[in-house]
Amino acid sequence: MAEKVLMKGNEAIGEAAIHAGCQCFFGYPITPQTEVAAYMARKMPKIGRVFLQAESEVAAINMVYGAAGSGVRVMTSSSSPGISLKAEGISYIAGAELPCVIVNIVRGGPGLGSIQPAQSDYFQATKGGGHGDYRLVVFAPSSVQEMVDLIQDAFDVADIYRNPVMVMGDGMLGQMMEPVEFKERPKREIPSKDSWAATGLHGRKQHHVINSLYLQPEKLEEHNKKLSKKYAEIEKNEVRYETYNCEGEVDLVVAAYGTVSRIVKNAIKILEKEGIKVGLIRPITLWPFPKKAFEEVTGRTKHGFISVELSEGQMVEDVMLSVKGRKPVYFYGRSGGMVPTPAEIAGRIRAIVGGEK
Amino acid sequence: MDARIRVFTGHFGSGKTEIAINYALKLADMGKKVTIADLDIVNPYFCTRDERELFEKKGIRLVATPKELANAELGIIPLNTLTIFNDKSYEVIIDVGGDDQGAVALGQYNRYFQMEDYDMYFVVNTARPFTKDAHGVIEYIRDIERASRIKVRYLINNTNLSYETTIDDILKGQKIVKEVSQRTGLAIRYTTVREDLVDKLPDGIEGEIFPIKIFMLPPWRRDLE
Repeated sequence: MAEKVLMKGNEAIGEAAIHAGCQCFFGYPITPQTEVAAYMARKMPKIGRVFLQAESEVAAINMVYGAAGSGVRVMTSSSSPGISLKAEGISYIAGAELPCVIVNIVRGGPGLGSIQPAQSDYFQATKGGGHGDYRLVVFAPSSVQEMVDLIQDAFDVADIYRNPVMVMGDGMLGQMMEPVEFKERPKREIPSKDSWAATGLHGRKQHHVINSLYLQPEKLEEHNKKLSKKYAEIEKNEVRYETYNCEGEVDLVVAAYGTVSRIVKNAIKILEKEGIKVGLIRPITLWPFPKKAFEEVTGRTKHGFISVELSEGQMVEDVMLSVKGRKPVYFYGRSGGMVPTPAEIAGRIRAIVGGEK
Repeated sequence: MDARIRVFTGHFGSGKTEIAINYALKLADMGKKVTIADLDIVNPYFCTRDERELFEKKGIRLVATPKELANAELGIIPLNTLTIFNDKSYEVIIDVGGDDQGAVALGQYNRYFQMEDYDMYFVVNTARPFTKDAHGVIEYIRDIERASRIKVRYLINNTNLSYETTIDDILKGQKIVKEVSQRTGLAIRYTTVREDLVDKLPDGIEGEIFPIKIFMLPPWRRDLE
């Protein structure tokens, strides 16, 4: 077993990427994720890998595009406004079917917003962000250790499907310190990149071309269909979630991801003492969304569902789509960098269970 | 005799803020007039200034960026920082941001530090990856002394793995901090330990045992402790 160390979430992201064989990191500072870049700046040159602070987020994501095209493992990180700037490049990378890992340590928005934690980039991450018919695999860890594990998994998933993967955590996850270990991860079979990576001709006659431009509509539609098939494959294979206290009959089921799920778990403990049984579904992949987990518990939850988020209501729409109107879906959110306490969430749940809608 | 001005420095994430807050509370409980100055220009979250209400309740004067500017990220030092040097009726705790980048905030006050004695503490947590050995710790001491333009006087062993800390971790840290002490000539002044672990400590702990309460809690633990 590896030795445990105490790390800030952002530092742990850097170290996890290094463990996963990340060869290049391109970034640009922005709170609350700057320590990722700072960690990479300190560590990457020492082990003969590439760290580069680009002149902007736009430059950084296009460097990622280039490095990914040559088949190396590459990562960039930013926080909300920076991810908006990277959105164009992410769409190109998805279009060109290149693997890379993008970290978003989310702060309050819209616009410059604030530097305090938020989950208000859920729509941006799962519903597009950039233009065109593409999907981003989105991992949502809830602890520093899980962030370490998911960063490493993200590189595998990106390589297997030749698709960008985002690891999204609220600012709290980036800034908090927790003990972590860098375990050996279960090895997944990674397909060879030789058939597409632009690494020179090596005796071949045809260049490998990295491209997202299809001028003939027939060709672009064909490309879109191919991507859709891939996304369906990801939806089939890569859904991840955790259920907590969901066995048997329950009064209410909470949907929460990231650090909010940890607050909810303590709210559940408070309510347990009062005889109110509350379950939790914690999506670990925000896309693909764990629809089945909701379907499975719909018949057993007396008062339905509540989505608790650090936003004005984003994931709640996916919960509604999963529940398909069979049970009520409520919402509770704080935003702008405000974070609810366990007692606050317990209070909202108590009211719903008590008949207040 | 402790100097009136105590400065807490260390590698980023070593636990300076928790120790500074606990130290201020200890002095206040002893009936002293206390000022705590938050000169952390590095951290956006989990800062001394977040405990404003606690200090008010305990009658501790807080020198910090006003609340409305606390998230402005301007790298600003509070306007009234000079009061810590001018008003000598107060015992002073200075919480400095991590690493040399944080210690830079002290440089401009050099002439005041030359006029009055101070105790600068260097907080060590050997469970942090860059300070896991004596070499790493000494490198940070040198960097911080250079940036702050003042000298470390004492070491504090604050080795911890947050809520997973064991006595074994503390002892492992002590071994490394002792080596730092031997190589630098700096004395180990305190071993800081979470309150609930104090009774489990064996004999032979270096320096005074300083029990601390944790204030920088994540939101899910706030109603429970």
